[in-house]
Amino acid sequence: MNEYIVPIVFGIIAGTIARIVMLRTDYRQYPTYLHGRVIHLSLGFIAASLGAVAVPAIMEMEFTAVTFLTVAATQFREVRNMERNTLTEIDEFELVPRGKTYIEGIALSFESRNYLVIFTALIGTLFYLVWHIYAAIVGVLLCMLISRGLRSGSTIKEVVDIKYHELHFEGAGLYVDNIYIMNIGLPERQEEILKYGMGFILTPKNMNEINTVGNLGQRQAILHDVSVSLGIFRDSGTPALSPLIKRDLDDGRLGVFILPQVRSKEKAMQVIGAVPVLENAIRMPSESKGGIL
Amino acid sequence: MDLEKKILAVITTNESKIAGGAPIFLCDDSQEAEDVAANLEAIIDGIAHALSDELYIIVKH
Repeated sequence: MNEYIVPIVFGIIAGTIARIVMLRTDYRQYPTYLHGRVIHLSLGFIAASLGAVAVPAIMEMEFTAVTFLTVAATQFREVRNMERNTLTEIDEFELVPRGKTYIEGIALSFESRNYLVIFTALIGTLFYLVWHIYAAIVGVLLCMLISRGLRSGSTIKEVVDIKYHELHFEGAGLYVDNIYIMNIGLPERQEEILKYGMGFILTPKNMNEINTVGNLGQRQAILHDVSVSLGIFRDSGTPALSPLIKRDLDDGRLGVFILPQVRSKEKAMQVIGAVPVLENAIRMPSESKGGIL
Repeated sequence: MDLEKKILAVITTNESKIAGGAPIFLCDDSQEAEDVAANLEAIIDGIAHALSDELYIIVKH
């Protein structure tokens, strides 16, 4: 048996475990249970193999083998495309769509997680070959900790204050606090909305957050997550019953109008607070040269 | 150019306020206007918006 076999197998196992650790099917039910997971575990295994094989290749002075990793990069960009396409296709049939920004964020994380797997496998094999299996185990555990840390970014409750606010009508105009949401013409619909709807005001904590939560994709993500977690009082062909988020132009506060099936203020606030802040929505005007802060 | 929003119907009780454009539904009283608007909203999957007490429009969003 070749002296590299054991380290390579170790690297592959470490990388695959890292992928399992990073693969969580939560309330979003994505990746879909079973088949979606099988796809990603298999890809994780391939990624781990690539990472693990790279080290012995370099040790044998086969430097061209590194170009192999570029093949991997192309492969995983393809994974991102695949996820994006699937999610975009499915999105048309969601009662409350995820929105492009959310989809892009999910696709992005699938790609990046495969790179983390390559990296974990590479570290595992490298440490094993250079030092010892114990060093390799420590290295891999560190990688997994880092990957776990990278798995979840910040959530909405860290960037805004969430307050419940009664909905009210001024004529046909629906308002949350002083934020105009939409015009509902029929008194019948208005009653429905007052009965089933809930209003929340999100107050951003600073200028960066005003820009971030103002992003249309971020707002759609909030609506989608709320409708998944709390249910949604609507059907196809009832466009008047669409949850909406509008912005106060004055100070960037958001008026959230939702129609949940579970009408609990506390739960709704929890769910809104737990919505991830989308990477693609984050803006940092405080870092700009003409810094406004 | 794709239009994102379109007025699909106008429902009113005041003939003097309207002219041409979208299909117009004239009603005798506000109750009838409301019923027509509710029906049309359901049929064409639009939203009934009230511009005033006597004027509704159905908009496809």
